[in-house]
Amino acid sequence: MNVAIIKYNAGNIRSVDYALRRLGVAPLITADKELLSKADKVIFPGVGEALTTMEYLKAEQMTDFIRELKQPVLGICLGMQLMCRHSEEGNTDCLGIFDAEVKRFVPCKHADKVPHMGWNSLTQTRSTLFQGDLENRFVYFVHSYYVPVNEYTAAVTDYIHPFSAALHKDNFYATQFHPEKSGDVGEQILKNFLVNS
Amino acid sequence: MDIKDGKTVKGINFVNFRDAGDPVELGAAYSRAGADELVYLDITASHEGRKTFTDLVRKIAENINIPFTVGGGIHELHDVERLLNAGADKVSVNSAALRNPKLIGEIARHFGSQVCVVAIDANQEGGDWICYLNGGRIPTDKHLFDWAKMAESEGAGEILFTSMTHDGVKTGYANEALSRLADELHIPVIASGGAGNREHFRDAFTLGKADAALAASVFHFGEIKIEELKLYLQREGVNVRL
Repeated sequence: MNVAIIKYNAGNIRSVDYALRRLGVAPLITADKELLSKADKVIFPGVGEALTTMEYLKAEQMTDFIRELKQPVLGICLGMQLMCRHSEEGNTDCLGIFDAEVKRFVPCKHADKVPHMGWNSLTQTRSTLFQGDLENRFVYFVHSYYVPVNEYTAAVTDYIHPFSAALHKDNFYATQFHPEKSGDVGEQILKNFLVNS
Repeated sequence: MDIKDGKTVKGINFVNFRDAGDPVELGAAYSRAGADELVYLDITASHEGRKTFTDLVRKIAENINIPFTVGGGIHELHDVERLLNAGADKVSVNSAALRNPKLIGEIARHFGSQVCVVAIDANQEGGDWICYLNGGRIPTDKHLFDWAKMAESEGAGEILFTSMTHDGVKTGYANEALSRLADELHIPVIASGGAGNREHFRDAFTLGKADAALAASVFHFGEIKIEELKLYLQREGVNVRL
């Protein structure tokens, strides 16, 4: 299988690379549009800041390109947020694949820490990504912004309040958590994306 | 895990490992056993040692699927970049941040505050908690609660607090100090130093209000099995990943 990771100015590409290799897939890490369009699956990872990253993608003429990808695409963390319509982070217009707003967590009580960092469970899972009974299993999150529950929500996590742990629409899949850092559960999710999407 | 010249130090007597001192194999085993995060601390001083450690971080990242933090010998942004590029998720800074608190903000601005763990070694002296430099060798004029608050305002993502008073004694974590840190800070606090039995872990969460508990020797020597500990904590009402 030909899996490509979109290379851009964001971190955590290496851990996704390592995670795929553990599943026996050697991904191509590239910014080359021709190579990306030929891939069977495309992964859009990300750790970083929304505005800077969107400006970078625009300058590289990547925005329409990502929106128009036809094969299964998996956005991770910032990747997922950039696939939404707009982010409160830097008041940024994003790719608009999912018609949803990205909002900043507002703590309700002292124990609500932002960024949300750590292991939380998945509920209301409804996507091929979660095949293998992953309801209530734990995955690893690191984020300060969240996507509210909406019509594309494919899994819900409750931290401060319920939010979208995953989104799914047509060939576009996205996770707010890091499957590449989520132990065996995360590996199963990546495998599901490779095999079942 | 404390690493010197690419090897885990402190005796380790697990029977299941081909090379019990191999930090990559040990990390993979802990990851399989259900550890939620691994912390590797490089205690090598030499330049050559740093290179060995960076190579080691890369091998660890290839073999585990949980978050991991690395520390030791981080003085500038370049060190952070080197370790993140090798596959670390977070870095822990200690002495360098005490000497130059601005380093915390620089790391947070460049890589995000979630990357920057500030490790604090403090010892209880009279009624005060005094912070120490260089692995607990040099006392400073900084007090634990003041320094932790300052680290938070500089941009730290987490505080890893090791009580030198409790470390190695195995009579439990410094729950009173932990609880005060939890009340005064808005970032997660990781408890370290003092774990001897599973009740100590429970108390760190219930009395100490810690967000996570770190331990080394009780796991290295197989006195406590991670799987059993987590089942126990769940029975005691602590929210754990199983």
